[in-house]
This record gives sequence, structure tokens and C-alpha cells, in this order.
Amino acid sequence: MADVSEGLTPEVLMDMYYHMVLARVLDDRMWVMNRLGRAPVVYSSNGHEATQVASAFALDRGHDWVVPYYRDLALVLAMGMTPRDVFLHLMGRADDPNSGGRQMPAHWGSVDLKILTTGSVVTTQMMHAAGIALAAKLKHEPTVAMATFGEGSTSQGDFHEALNFAAVMKLPAIFLNENNGYAISVPARKQMAVPDVAARAQGYGIPGVVVDGNDPIKVYEAVKAAAARARAGDGPTLIEAKTYRFVPHSSDDDDRAYRSREEVAEAKKHDPLLVFEQELRDQGLLDDAKHQAVLDRAKAAVDDATEFADTAPDPDPSTLGRHVYHEAVL
Amino acid sequence: MAMTYLEAVRETLRQEMRRDARIIIYGEDVGVRGGVFRATEGLQEEFGEDRVMDSPLAESAIIGTAIGAAINGLRPVPEIQFADFIFPAVNQIVQEAARIRYRSNGTFGVPMVIRAPYGGGIHGALYHSQCIEAFFAHVPGLKVVMPATPYDVKGLLASSIEDEDPVLFLEHKGAYRSIRGEVPDERYLIPLGEAEVKREGTDLSIISWGMTVNSSLKAAENLAKEGVSVEVLDLRTIRPLDTEAILTTARKTGKVLVVHEDNLTGGFGGEVSALIAEHALFDLDAPIRRLAGPDVPAMPYAPSLEHAFLVTPEKIEAAARELAEF
Ligand SMILES: Cc1ncc(C[n+]2csc(CCOP(=O)(O)OP(=O)(O)O)c2C)c(N)n1
Ligand SMILES: [Mg+2]
Repeated sequence: MADVSEGLTPEVLMDMYYHMVLARVLDDRMWVMNRLGRAPVVYSSNGHEATQVASAFALDRGHDWVVPYYRDLALVLAMGMTPRDVFLHLMGRADDPNSGGRQMPAHWGSVDLKILTTGSVVTTQMMHAAGIALAAKLKHEPTVAMATFGEGSTSQGDFHEALNFAAVMKLPAIFLNENNGYAISVPARKQMAVPDVAARAQGYGIPGVVVDGNDPIKVYEAVKAAAARARAGDGPTLIEAKTYRFVPHSSDDDDRAYRSREEVAEAKKHDPLLVFEQELRDQGLLDDAKHQAVLDRAKAAVDDATEFADTAPDPDPSTLGRHVYHEAVL
Repeated sequence: MAMTYLEAVRETLRQEMRRDARIIIYGEDVGVRGGVFRATEGLQEEFGEDRVMDSPLAESAIIGTAIGAAINGLRPVPEIQFADFIFPAVNQIVQEAARIRYRSNGTFGVPMVIRAPYGGGIHGALYHSQCIEAFFAHVPGLKVVMPATPYDVKGLLASSIEDEDPVLFLEHKGAYRSIRGEVPDERYLIPLGEAEVKREGTDLSIISWGMTVNSSLKAAENLAKEGVSVEVLDLRTIRPLDTEAILTTARKTGKVLVVHEDNLTGGFGGEVSALIAEHALFDLDAPIRRLAGPDVPAMPYAPSLEHAFLVTPEKIEAAARELAEF
């Protein structure tokens, strides 16, 4: 089997770090826009950056598919979506590449980047990843499809049907659970009577792996191994990345109603950005000057995106009825 | 060649699969067994287990994965064993398949055909007899096709498979073996959204779709002996809908009887009636009449009850006669 940390060169590690920082800075800016009344709703990847960025980097980006959910800002950035794209989407602009301003923010999708279009109904996407993997298998293409989802979503029937279907058909799929302990306000212990989502894998005859979702190296290795397994024709893997969301579920939520400030403060000690920064400093890849340079670069990109989307045109109301069905190219 | 409705389904699938390697079929019992109605009999032998697959017994998974497979370049033709069991997959059909093109601003599409046997009269009782078309005809982004004859099965199924959008292809179980007709060997397409006048007439129009077109034709034949000239319009697809054909026949005869097996209230007949009332009211010589299944939850089992539920040629004949005399 391939060395799972293969590919983690200093350049790649720094690129991963940049994308994690970029996601955080962008996310923070989206909240500012919301509080200014410029963005009606925001969904964050804040706290999930290690899981999302590292999992994307472990795939063959541009070739493999990701089938995300609304939490995955950092993931889509790592797949190649730009801050401008994200802001066009946030502001519902005509040039939003995800949906042309049709969907709520955080409903990702890009044919070019192999990011499947996302709806709001949780867990349906797991089936789509299995289906993409089914086509890849039947076409004998070495493509992997990775679906992501929260732990609350594992209570849905589609979670179980997808795991079973993919396992029975030995599909090249990865099911990456981003377990942040809450589904809006409901804690994981009210979703399931087992401590780990990964334990579900056993019932479907596939590997279930628990990984520290705040450690990008660990996530990278787990996804790399799952992708190698998938490409070898050995079937899907369920990976559970244990992490935490540092902000409310969305800009409409108030998390003080269901978790203590102490709990959040404790979780922040394991902030993936801090964990990874320390790792890079230990490896001698990062110092104060380089750290500042990364921050400055991210901030510049986010400033540019904010400004760019601010003046971008809204969708033309006359387009309301378009793309209900395929439009023949004339 | 003369063949049954069922044979037309199977032979069309075979012909299409021979010409397009992207087509795959899967569902419950469709492989080794060739489907509980034999619609896919022999296809796994010919095309192999990769293209004709028995899947787990999970409708949401069958449709949900077909969406992914379609997006990744295949042409899935999943089968739902009985239309009655499509409901676990409604989320995937309505929220995902139907909305994906719109929500992605036209960048993603889901070319797939969901085949499902519907309808009653085969002692299938509540859960093997349902007509489900009205639920789905309500959904923009979906197409709903309901052929009445073997000839139409072939042309409409081929068009459905070629279509770039999700199609629900409803085959009437009662038609499978009872309806025979001529079907040319060579491939042909019938555009989705084109109704057909199956019988010309001048006194009144029956508008129907699916199996009840055949019952309406029988009724029309009997009425002709009494000197009543009935036009029968077969919608063939209810989404997209051939509005022009509906208004043309309504204006021509001035009397309209809409016939469907699905229960009356909220049935698709209401939509057809509303269209005529909106656009052709002053061309009518009588109120629009609807003949449909009764408003009970589904078709009961006992033959006496089943018969009482069904929209039979006799009931159609009586309703048409009454309308002709108006
Ligand atoms: C089928 C469905 N039911 C309810 C909702 C409303 N909803 C949106 S997110 C959410 C919680 C999801 O929690 P989880 O899966 O743990 O993901 P997280 O947001 O924590 O990453 C709920 C209930 C929905 N979007 N879809
Ligand atoms: Mg959660």
C-alpha cells in the first residue's frame, strides 16, 4: 500500500496551512457582512478547517469528486473555489458559479472543480457520492467520490442506505463524517447510542476509522489510505473526524442556549489552526514573519473578494424561469 | 411486429442498450430474475452483470445513486418494482433529481429514466395498484410519461432515455399482457410533450392518458354503434403537457370528458379541466366532466370492491353517453 503521508512536502504543508487560514479569515468576514446586514445568513467551517482542507488535499483534486454539505467552506476552497466565488455566492450575485444566485449561501457546486451541487436536505448527498462511485467503477476509471456530512445526519435513513449500497457494490467511495458533537442544538448522545459514528461501519462490513479532526496530518493520512483502498477496488471507508464548531450553527443560531462558554473555550485549546501552526513551527517551516505573511495574503484575498462581490450584478429577474429543463445550445 | 406492451418495454430497453453503452439498469430483482413482471428478462444475459444489476432493497438508494451515476456520465434506467413503493425515494426524486438543474443554474443535469409499473385491476390491492402520477406531475424539473400502447412505449421510452432530464416512465401493469399492437423493428422517437388523437370524432372528446386511453377507445367504439362520434385524445406525457392538443379537441367537439384511474380530488384531470376552463370556456357546449377513481385511500382487494373502484369501459361509455346527450 502507498505511504499514506506521501505527498506531504513542505510546500504542500504550507499550502494546506494557507487554505486553513484563508477559510478562517473568509469565514470571519462573512459574519461581519452578516452583522452589517449585507448577508442574510452564514454557515461556517470555523473549527472544521483541518478536516476539510486535509481531506481535499488527500484526494486527486481535479479528478476525484467531493460531495459536500453546507459546513464545507474550507473544503471547497481547498478544491479550488476562490474567495471571489464564495463572496459572489454569499451575496447571491448573477456570477455566483455555484448557483447563479439561486441558492442560499453554503450550497456549493462546480462541475469544473468536481464539487457536486448541494441541496439543503441533509444526507441525500451520500447517495450521490455512491452513485458517482458506481459510474466510476463501471467505467473503469480510477475516480474516488468523497461525501461529507455531520454526525446528526447519520440518524437519517439515507446514511445507512448509502453505506450499505456502497459496501455491497464495493464502490470507490469515502464517507467522511465531520463530528462536531452537535446537530444545531442537539448533542450527539441524543442522535445515537454508540460513542463513535465510525462504529456503524462494522454493520456494513467496511472499515470505520476514528481520526482527530483537528490534526490535518492525521486526517490526510486517513483519507489517503481510504482513497488507495477505493482505487484498489476494495470498496468504501467510513471516516469519523472528531472536531468542534467554534461558532453557532448559523448566523441565526445562538449557541449559548445549549452549550457553556467553558466548553467552547476548552475546545478552542485544540483549534486546528493552532495545532497546525505549532506543528509547522516545530518542523521549522513557520516563523513569526512567515506566519504574518500567510495572514496578510489571506486577508488581501478576502478584501479583494469582498470588494469584487459588492459591486457585482444581481441576477436578472427575467432568468427566473430558466434551467428548469435542459436548454438546447442553439 | 405485433407484440405486447411488456414486450415493447423489454425490446426497447434491449435496442437502446445495444446502441448506447452508457445505459445501465438496476433495481430489485431486475437481474437474474428479469424483474417481477419480466420486463428486463434476458437483459442481464445479453449485457452482463455490470449493466443489469440486482440492487439492495432500498428505493432511496436506487434513485439517489442513479442521480450520482447520471451526473458521472452514465444513463441509468432504474426500476421501482411497483409505483406504490416509490415513496421512500420521493426525497431523492423531488428534492434532488428535479431541482438539481435549476439550483445549479443549468450546470448539472440528471439524465435518468425511472421505470415504475402503476395501476390496478390485477388484484394487487392497496399497495400494488396505485396511480401516482399527480404527485409527480406537480414538480417542475421532472417529466412524467404514461404510454397507452406498445407503439408509444417504444418511441416514448427511447426519447426518455435520450432526454437530458429526469423522466418518470409509468407502465400500466394491466396493460403489460393485455394490450398488444404493431411495433416497427427500427428505432423511432416520439417527442415528449406531444399528445395524439387516437380516434377522431365530432360529438365529444375524451381526454385521457395511460391505460384508461385503451378503455376509452373501447367505449368510443361501442358508442359509434349508437351513432355517437367520440374523439379520444391520448396525452401520452402529462409533463410536459400538450396544451394545444387539449384546447384543439375541446374547441372542436365542445364537450370534454376527462378520464383517469387515479382518484378524483387533486388528480391530474383537475389541471386539464382548469386549462380548458381558462382558455376555451366559450367554445364549450356542456360543463367539463371528470370520470376518475373514487376518493378512497387506495384500491381494495376483493374483486367486487376492485371492480367498483376501477374506471371501466362501461363506466366511461355511460359517462360519455350522458355528456353527448347534454
Ligand atoms: C432532512 C433535513 N431535516 C432538517 C434539516 C434542518 N437542519 C439543517 S442542519 C441541521 C443539523 C445538522 O447537524 P449535523 O448533521 O451534525 O451537521 P453540522 O451542522 O453539525 O455540521 C438540521 C436539523 C435539514 N436541513 N434537512
Ligand atoms: Mg454536527
